[in-house]
Amino acid sequence: MTIAVAELRVEDKLFQNRYLVDAGRPHIKVRPHEKPSPNLIALTRVCPAKCYELNDKGQVEITADGCMECGTCRVLCEASGEIEWNYPRGGFGVLFKFG
Amino acid sequence: MIEEKFDAIVIGAGMSGNAAAYTMASRGMKVLQLERGEYPGSKNVQGAIMYADMLEKIIPDFREDAPLERHLVEQRFWMLDDTSHTGMHYRSDDFNEAKPNRYTIIRAQFDKWFSRKVREAGATVLCETTVTELAHDTRGQVIGVRTDRAGGVIFADVVVLAEGVNGLLGTRAGLREMPRPEAVALAVKEMHFLPEEVIGERFGLKGNEGCVIEAAGTISRGMTGLAFLYTNKESISLGIGCLVSDFASTMESPYALLDAFKNHPSVRPFIAGSEVKEYAAHLIPEGGYKAIPQLFGDGWVVVGDAAQLNNAVHREGSNLAMTSGRIAGEAIFQVKSRRDPMTKNNLALYKTMLDKSFVIKDLMKYKDMPALLHTNSRNFFMTYPQLMSQAAQNFMRVDGRPKIEKEKATTSAFIKARSRWGLVSDAVRLAFAWR
Repeated sequence: MTIAVAELRVEDKLFQNRYLVDAGRPHIKVRPHEKPSPNLIALTRVCPAKCYELNDKGQVEITADGCMECGTCRVLCEASGEIEWNYPRGGFGVLFKFG
Repeated sequence: MIEEKFDAIVIGAGMSGNAAAYTMASRGMKVLQLERGEYPGSKNVQGAIMYADMLEKIIPDFREDAPLERHLVEQRFWMLDDTSHTGMHYRSDDFNEAKPNRYTIIRAQFDKWFSRKVREAGATVLCETTVTELAHDTRGQVIGVRTDRAGGVIFADVVVLAEGVNGLLGTRAGLREMPRPEAVALAVKEMHFLPEEVIGERFGLKGNEGCVIEAAGTISRGMTGLAFLYTNKESISLGIGCLVSDFASTMESPYALLDAFKNHPSVRPFIAGSEVKEYAAHLIPEGGYKAIPQLFGDGWVVVGDAAQLNNAVHREGSNLAMTSGRIAGEAIFQVKSRRDPMTKNNLALYKTMLDKSFVIKDLMKYKDMPALLHTNSRNFFMTYPQLMSQAAQNFMRVDGRPKIEKEKATTSAFIKARSRWGLVSDAVRLAFAWR
């Protein structure tokens, strides 16, 4: 038996969280690429904040606003040079109320 | 920004950083602690269970004012398939002792409290400050840090890297490697709020008693992973984590796993009617003994999650973090007391002291476990839970079939799924990794 799960929107989950977005200074960037690697494509599914998405040219784009700074994408894609990862400036980014 | 030179700079205000800063400051050292969050705890995520012994060694009277949620009197382990759980409960009134052994905590609140203790001990704590790099002298000795605030290097004799599992500074400076995808788990967690008495009723708890449920099985869809339900005073921390390498190869979404776990028939009744107030994600070091990096060098030591100090088998992370932070602080204090320089040779004392503690001894005991679970994840997390459930159901259901026939069916299901050789080999390998 499979478990029926209502239409899932991770945006609704992120809405619970508190963020201080450093507007115009994203802390993670995807470097320009022709064809994304399997790990980079995996991020469109694996990123817990769903920051990564495929655009209509088949390239991976990031919107880092909802990022929870877990580092999963860094572990998968920094070594290959596909993404550039930094922590947000002090005070910015996700602010956990409970953690 | 800050002109003076410090005895030590601690990077990070999590469990290990606070333990290190407290240990050094309370011994009269001049300590600066830097934290990138708005307040200590604002970037920290944990399940969270806190073990009293390890904190007691740092702050003996913590029970007087630390924000503790519930002390644990019961632990449940569940093996899940899609509709069932086969489990073990351990509950003992012995845990209702004057000085309880384990508590649930909420990290943002706990870390604020711990940080207050650090400041009371005399350390300078500076939040909203991201350290951007370590500063070295021409011989390679770490002599301080640069931050994203205006100003140059902040100098110190030694830097304690308590920057967490995803620490950039140590890896960028070439002091250690970045964690491999198979050595870290990605965990997601939600905070479900319910009235205190409802939680008490649902879990059979009185007053501040707490219960922990940990579950493995088909819920991780063949990946190496674990789900959990921890009771806090007025909330339930509920989450699931699997190895990052498994997530990357299966392309499963962590939030889909979390929602499937919430909807599991064994879990749903516990959280029915709850209000979710936060969704968090975090990496957990899972590489064990073999993933521990170089722990010290000229002018630096690394502690806690950044050093991969986590006992995944017993789910002991924060207590290894606190203990490594405390031991690093004590070692640094000893070197300073002898008026010796903070060189690699002298800071080796930290490693010597850590090796003698339970931290390294426990990790050594389970050194082969991560590899075993990783290479056998489908068997341990899919096949066996399903077989266990079928076996239990065969045993319980009364349907007119002769018992001997049912027993044979159960045995042959195990052999069919794993073969006789496979069963023996799994058991032997598990026993050896556990030993």
